[in-house]
Amino acid sequence: MKVITVCGMGLGTSLILLMEVQSIAAKHGFDVSGEATDLGSALGRKCDFFVASSEIASQLASKNALIVGIKNIIDKNEIENKIVPVMQAIADKRGE
Amino acid sequence: MLSIDRDNLFLRELDINCSEMRGLMQPLLIDLLSEDVIELDVGVADWEEAVQFGGRLLEKKGLIDHRYIDAMINTVKELGAYIVIAPGIAMPHARPESGAKQIGVSIITLKNPVNFGNKDNDPVKIVISLCAIDHVTHLGVLSELALLLQDRRFLSLLLSSRDKNQILEVIRNGLD
Repeated sequence: MKVITVCGMGLGTSLILLMEVQSIAAKHGFDVSGEATDLGSALGRKCDFFVASSEIASQLASKNALIVGIKNIIDKNEIENKIVPVMQAIADKRGE
Repeated sequence: MLSIDRDNLFLRELDINCSEMRGLMQPLLIDLLSEDVIELDVGVADWEEAVQFGGRLLEKKGLIDHRYIDAMINTVKELGAYIVIAPGIAMPHARPESGAKQIGVSIITLKNPVNFGNKDNDPVKIVISLCAIDHVTHLGVLSELALLLQDRRFLSLLLSSRDKNQILEVIRNGLD
């Protein structure tokens, strides 16, 4: 499944989020490919779910994908608690 | 193009041509840190002053043009205070093309906490200003920073210390 992490510039918070998401996904055995991008580029993109800080998430409206907002991007527990159910639901839907 | 120094140009050429080389060109956090980019217990009136202070440390070291500081401030004004990445911690940065010359990090702690406008994570006492030259070379530094900032012992040391060398030592050798 594909995740896109989003921040203002595509090289700061989105990268931190991407690293955390990928390590959590690996820990739980999900096959996730990821990309870090900026808000402008993310608006037109498709993926299984987006992850962004809460401030950015509120600016990212997408009809086609889930947006997970994170308050504390260096808190592994918060990220894990929020994305594992999302990844599980996506995997279940695919019968993976 | 004329303002880019030769080291930077070399790095960019490597980045484009040799992805295997990219790993070798990644600096460690300790490579970027020195006494001149750390200031502890700084007094500022508001978040803009805090970002200016952190930015000036990068500028004095020759890592950014002055306009990069304005760009960091404008990012917050335009996109909101998303750079307050965790309770009490802000990481201002801007796009490389806004005046970054080399990768850099400055760390300042504030005497009095300031609000950036982030309802979840204000007020801020630690400001880590970052400049990057592309989207990958600072990855190692970012993940080191993320790890450090997750360590409560490091955070409380950073907030209570008045000794920059102590902070540098801890980053170099760890806490134990």
